[in-house]
Amino acid sequence: MTVDIATQHESSAEAVSLENRDFGFWIYLMTDSLIFALAFATYAVMMDNTASGPSAGELFSLSHTAGETFLLLTSTLTFGFASLAMREGQPSRVILWLAVTMILGMGFVGMELSEFSGMIAAGAGPDRSGFLSAFFTLVGTHGLHVSLGIVGIVVTITHVMIKGLTQPVRSRLYRLGLFWHFLDIVWIAIFSVVYLPGVL
Amino acid sequence: MLGKLTIDALPFYSWVAMSGALITVGGGLAVMAVITWFGWWRTLWNDWLTSVDHKRIGVMYIVLALIMLMRGFIDAIMMRAQQAFSYDTGGYLPPDHFDQIFSSHGTIMIFFMAMPFVAGLINIVVPQQIGARDVAFPFLNSVSLWLTVAGAGLVMISLVIGVFSTAGWTGYPPYSGIRYSPDVGVDYWLWALLTSGVGSTMTGINFIVTIARMRAPGMTLMRMPMFTWTAFVVAILIAFAFPALTVVAVMLGLDRVVGMHFFTNGDGGNMMNYINLLWIWGHPEVYILILPAFGVYSEVVATFSRKRLFGYESLVYATACIGLLSFSVWLHHFFTMGSSADVNAFFGIATMVIAVPTGVKVFDWLFTMYKGSIVFHTSMYWTLGFIVTFVIGGVTGILLALPPADYLMHNSTFLVAHFHNMLIPGALFGYFAGVNYWFPKAFGFKLDERWGKLSFWFWIIGFYLAFMPLYILGFMGMSRRMEHYDIAAWQPYLVVAAIGACFVLVGIVCIGIQFYVSFRDRAMNMDLTGDPWNGRTLEWATSSPPAPYNFAVTPTVEDVDALYDMKKRGIAHPRIDHFEDIEMPNSTALGVVIGGLGFVLGFAMVWHIWWLAVLSIICVLICLIVRSSNDDDEHVFPAADIAGIETARREVLDSLPTPLLPGEDSGTVVGGKPVPGGA
Amino acid sequence: MDSNHTHTHTPASYLTGYGAALGLTIIPFALVWSGWLSTGTTVAVIIVTALIQVCVHLYYFLHINLRTTPKENLLALAFAGILIFLMVGGTLWIMIDLHYQML
Repeated sequence: MTVDIATQHESSAEAVSLENRDFGFWIYLMTDSLIFALAFATYAVMMDNTASGPSAGELFSLSHTAGETFLLLTSTLTFGFASLAMREGQPSRVILWLAVTMILGMGFVGMELSEFSGMIAAGAGPDRSGFLSAFFTLVGTHGLHVSLGIVGIVVTITHVMIKGLTQPVRSRLYRLGLFWHFLDIVWIAIFSVVYLPGVL
Repeated sequence: MLGKLTIDALPFYSWVAMSGALITVGGGLAVMAVITWFGWWRTLWNDWLTSVDHKRIGVMYIVLALIMLMRGFIDAIMMRAQQAFSYDTGGYLPPDHFDQIFSSHGTIMIFFMAMPFVAGLINIVVPQQIGARDVAFPFLNSVSLWLTVAGAGLVMISLVIGVFSTAGWTGYPPYSGIRYSPDVGVDYWLWALLTSGVGSTMTGINFIVTIARMRAPGMTLMRMPMFTWTAFVVAILIAFAFPALTVVAVMLGLDRVVGMHFFTNGDGGNMMNYINLLWIWGHPEVYILILPAFGVYSEVVATFSRKRLFGYESLVYATACIGLLSFSVWLHHFFTMGSSADVNAFFGIATMVIAVPTGVKVFDWLFTMYKGSIVFHTSMYWTLGFIVTFVIGGVTGILLALPPADYLMHNSTFLVAHFHNMLIPGALFGYFAGVNYWFPKAFGFKLDERWGKLSFWFWIIGFYLAFMPLYILGFMGMSRRMEHYDIAAWQPYLVVAAIGACFVLVGIVCIGIQFYVSFRDRAMNMDLTGDPWNGRTLEWATSSPPAPYNFAVTPTVEDVDALYDMKKRGIAHPRIDHFEDIEMPNSTALGVVIGGLGFVLGFAMVWHIWWLAVLSIICVLICLIVRSSNDDDEHVFPAADIAGIETARREVLDSLPTPLLPGEDSGTVVGGKPVPGGA
Repeated sequence: MDSNHTHTHTPASYLTGYGAALGLTIIPFALVWSGWLSTGTTVAVIIVTALIQVCVHLYYFLHINLRTTPKENLLALAFAGILIFLMVGGTLWIMIDLHYQML
């Protein structure tokens, strides 16, 4: 008794495989959100544990945080423009907007590093108190993710330049976009839970 | 240059430690010598270590699990021996050694025996059960395996270079902080957990996507086999619980290495938050270990009762409920640590509620057996032993779920007996049942029944002897983890427990003999059809062992118990005369390399060899970039080759009689042999 | 990759999202900077604007919506949300309770 044969053309099999990767990456982002959530919970539990050391009000600068927020939010917009350029099949515009995103991201990381080094120099490093350990770890983990995202942007620009906007390259660019936008969402939580209440 | 690592790290300070080191090193060298003698290196590398085939990866996971079972069991029998003798005396194990042994026992059994066993069974079986050709991310699968091996390697090397943690498998601060555990033990523990934890998380993600998106056409969620259902829920649990472990382990690591104050006693540390975060992971973890065993039992009970599984939908909902509720009970691991009555009451009630779906499952299995034609295969022995013994342990869990009662029994040997009662007859028996059930699928020949049953009897008698006394000792006031004691009344029970451990040792030896005898006699026990038990689910449609691609043509599913349904309609092994090329993923060394780098990173972090740690991180990044730049990672399995394989299979199938449907065959058994239903 | 034609894949849509997010950022920053409202009210505004801004990001930048987003993705998001509620809520309840028990 013969059975229908499931024919699969190479391109549709590839498309399914790439969609699986997109879904898998989404699941990974959900697990990453749990890591951040627990880091937030830890921060909330420890934010008053200043151990007679410097407190949030003494350390945080609203204007500095506003600057970082502006850079990151704008970078999310420029990544969006890169995604639009990808949909329109324009590799040089993709590279341009990715480069702008990267520069904004580097600006963000640079501002964060200067904030951290300033705090450490002032004796308010992560080893000073529980509050500061939680702060540096939560915000630092976010900054580390952004830095890895920047590495991802460099790699993606290279791929677009060398391979063009093939299906796998587009899929990876899409996933990088998910990652980048996700990090901006985490930042909303960071300024809402850490910086703004800290300054109040 | 080498951080804190000096020649003093070698275990010359104690004969016990020295023996452990020599056995480890000797064992490793012996294995390498055997491989060299038989000239197996090339095959090992090409066909196994670099494989991304889920069936091979699954087998390697189980090999790891069995090796670590022996290592973890040696810890156990050392502890039993110590406690049997150490009434009013120091025994043969100094306290520091004893503490390392109970710490490594728990760590190994949970992270490097049970988790790999689960990953192994799920890897081998699930893609075949859903009619798929591989998992969603074969490369990630390989990385997961090798990161797990890396973690096991870190635990093993602590026997030779340095020491292991004395802080228990849960590593509570402040004791596990740098101030009270300044040596490398806790660092080994942390990095073993972090490397294997990343591997496990990726396995979870891999199987969520595989099961969600790669099922054969017609296999709706409510037509999946129960083992696949439990694997699905377990994958979700793994993916969403392990982040908590990652967070808490990293925080403890930051405390120890950088001097942060997450869990220090002072300077704003909050030690209870460690316990809180650890058990947010820890409770789902125990369900990760038990649910696959439940899945195995569902499969075995249906197959060897020659009956459809009773209450399939209730089993699915029960599994899903257990999965969700497992995230809401974690405080029952620390009822006694200062929470108010309201908090304790909430979590106590939630803990009692979560027992209900498990009870539903037990009834479903019993009703499956009722009026079935039971076949007493080895895996059925393990299942029946589980049902009786696990229920006892479950009932003690209900007792412990009452906060006031738990105040008396927390951290006593009653607790130790309870969780071993869950893990051994619950989880481990399930894994053994799974091995006996699916071994022919993986290797093409059946396991020896006689030695299998013998191992079961030694294990179950050994379990009762080893752990029932511990319940009584708990009521008598004995605390867990005691290196010596001065209450004479306890000793007889501990002697019985030690005897029980000896029975289990014989049981383990019997398993070894079972493998040997089965291999020796394999020609007589071949599984020629791929369906040795006249099964009901799709994995029995493939050959034993399956072709690399599993299914030449993806089947279409029309009912739960897909294969049974096909047998009923006469299309279990359809004649196919046209084959297409199949794209298969390439083997790659990158999985092994990343695992190796994980080991190096862990080792470097333990010994503060910072340049090496940074270098290995950079190398991992490079590996990932290289991998992501490679869009041509598949090869074609030509249709002609497939035709050759399938034609040969067709000839074998045609030469054998077609069995009756399970349930219509006699089912009754003479002399303990399964009903002829295949080879 | 989501290749459906939704309204959010246009420059105008991205700019709308950007503008909304910017506004929802400026409001809490301005309130904290000026101290215009009481602490409690300011915190409430911070929380509300943050939650709305998260939704803005999800819709305009991540294109999450009830029509075109695959069901599995929505389920995964909802499940993560439930777990975050349980884990974070449970942590806060337990740790605050312990804090008061120790006083």
